[in-house]
Order: sequence, then C-alpha cells, then structure tokens
Amino acid sequence: MINTKYFLKGFFCIKDLNSPAIALAASFIAIGALFKNIGLNIQESVFSTFLTYALPGSLIMAESLMVGASLLNIFLAVWLVNARLYPMTVSLFPLLMHKSQPKLKYYLACHFIAVSAWLIMKENYKSVKRKYRLDYWIGVGAANLLVAISATAFGFFIADHLNKDMMVGLAIVNPIYFLCVMVNAMKNIQMILAVILGAIFGILFYFISPEWCILFGGFTAGTLAFYMGELNVN
Amino acid sequence: MSINIVLAILATSSATYISRFFGVITSNKVKETSKIFKWFNCLAYSTLSALLVRIIIFPAGALSEVGYLIRATVVLFCLFIFFISKRNFVYPTVISAIIMTLLSEYL
Repeated sequence: MINTKYFLKGFFCIKDLNSPAIALAASFIAIGALFKNIGLNIQESVFSTFLTYALPGSLIMAESLMVGASLLNIFLAVWLVNARLYPMTVSLFPLLMHKSQPKLKYYLACHFIAVSAWLIMKENYKSVKRKYRLDYWIGVGAANLLVAISATAFGFFIADHLNKDMMVGLAIVNPIYFLCVMVNAMKNIQMILAVILGAIFGILFYFISPEWCILFGGFTAGTLAFYMGELNVN
Repeated sequence: MSINIVLAILATSSATYISRFFGVITSNKVKETSKIFKWFNCLAYSTLSALLVRIIIFPAGALSEVGYLIRATVVLFCLFIFFISKRNFVYPTVISAIIMTLLSEYL
C-alpha cells in the first residue's frame, strides 16, 4: 500500500514555486492541439498522454501518423528517442529501493519516469526517509501526470484558437525550463562535464546520425564525464 | 477510436515503457554508492543535455519554423533572466513563451 502522508507530500510538490507545472502544461497544451490537428479525438489524445507520458515520444508518434509510418517504424523511432529513460531510471531507482516495498510497486511506479518528475525527485530525495521515498515518488509522478493529462485535454479543446506563433511560444517553454534546471544541476565537476559534453556530442553525432545522436552523444559524453570526474577526484 | 491510432498509441507507450522497465531491473543490482551508479548518473544528465540541444538546435514540429537566430536570442536572454533572478525557474520559463511568440510574429 501507499503511505498517504508521503504520497501527498510528493503530490503537492507541484505547487512549489520552482515546480515544472508551467513548463509541463505548456508543452502538453501544444501536444493536445497537435493531436487534434492530426485527427485524434479527445479520448485518444488523453489515452496517449496517460499511457506514454513522454513528450518527445508523443511528438514522434504524431509526426509518424501524419506521414503514415508503419507501427514498427513508430515503435523503433519512439524507442530510440525515449531510450534516455533507461539511464534516468537507473540513476534514480536505486535511491528509492527499500526492502519493505513490494517489487511490483517499482514496476508500476517507473511509468512516472519523465524529465520533470525525475528532476524534482533528484532535488528532494535526501529530505525523505528512505522507506517512504517510493510513496513520495508516486505522489510526484501522479501530480505531474495529472498536469500532463489535463493540459492535453485543454490543448485539444482550445486548438482552434491557437495560431502558429502561439504554438511556437508554447513549444519553447519546456526546453527553456529544462535548460535552467540542467544549468542549476551543474554542481560538481562530473555534472558540469556531463551537461556540457552532452550538448557538444549531441550536436556532433547529429551530423553522423540524427536518429542515434541522443543515445551516442549521451553515452560518449556521460562516459567521458565520469572518467574525467573520477580522475579529478583521484 | 480508430484502430490504427490506438495501435500507434500502444506501440508508442510500449516502446517508452520498455526503457523504464529495464531500468528498474538494472536498478535492483545497482548500489547507490557504487561507481556504476555514478556512471549512470553522468549518462542520464549527458543524454538529457543531448536531447535538449537536439530540441533547441535541430527541432521538430512548431519550433522548426523559427529561425536559428530567434531561438538563440530567446535561449540566451532566458539564461540571462535565470541568473539575474537568482536561479528562479518560473521567470525565464514564462518570459520565453512571450518573447518567442512576439519574435516569431514580428520578425
């Protein structure tokens, strides 16, 4: 079962001044409007955000539907762009592990892994007792997912009133929020190197393979940052 | 609901969940004090950074219709706001939408 106190504590993190609610809502309003424009109905739009809950993957699905891509193409393209969720999970879930929590809960709770909730948890996990971190995480994730679903529905209904310039304005909000959070996370040599090298290698690998640039760039940069950081410590 | 769209949503969500699922399996064997955990932490941040530059410099969707110069101006200005507002996340986030909308409409 879930400890209600810690669940609610995590859930109401979304009200904090520095929470990703605004950025998350803006992005999913744009996604909701995009879904409507490509012919999804409200149930499909909400269902998509509820089940996927990852912005780049949803964007790829929408673009793939527009060009009539096959299911296999959609699956592979989304898997490639969302493979970043694997290192994100491995760099967070060991912090949430506790023997009192059932294993199944972790497999359900991992659905909430997305940049917004992940960044909140990375900032706050030390302030939560280890035994209840998973419940806190489920609260954080549920609040973020609720914002995403509500914003998708809202975006769907106001799609006809959003012009191209407004869509552009909404699309920049999430990257800017993440950029600021990433800059804020650069607190030690390894994090500074990981973020800067990730940006450099992400660009370099784009010219070799646009599909694989996030994975290859991230892997190369992260590995280099780790070794350079370790050398520095030693 | 159209069956094709439902299948596309299911393909998208399963492709997304796979990475999360295998992440939990790996997490069972990783100690937070280990070097491999630190390595995964670096991988997570660098992958996010690579994703971020991909979205800003080589965007898809609505952002691709805006020129490099406008995107660069908005990013640099918002970083400036972030630092002068003592690392507040809300001001640059809100200002980015306003500036981007205005610049893309009038330039």
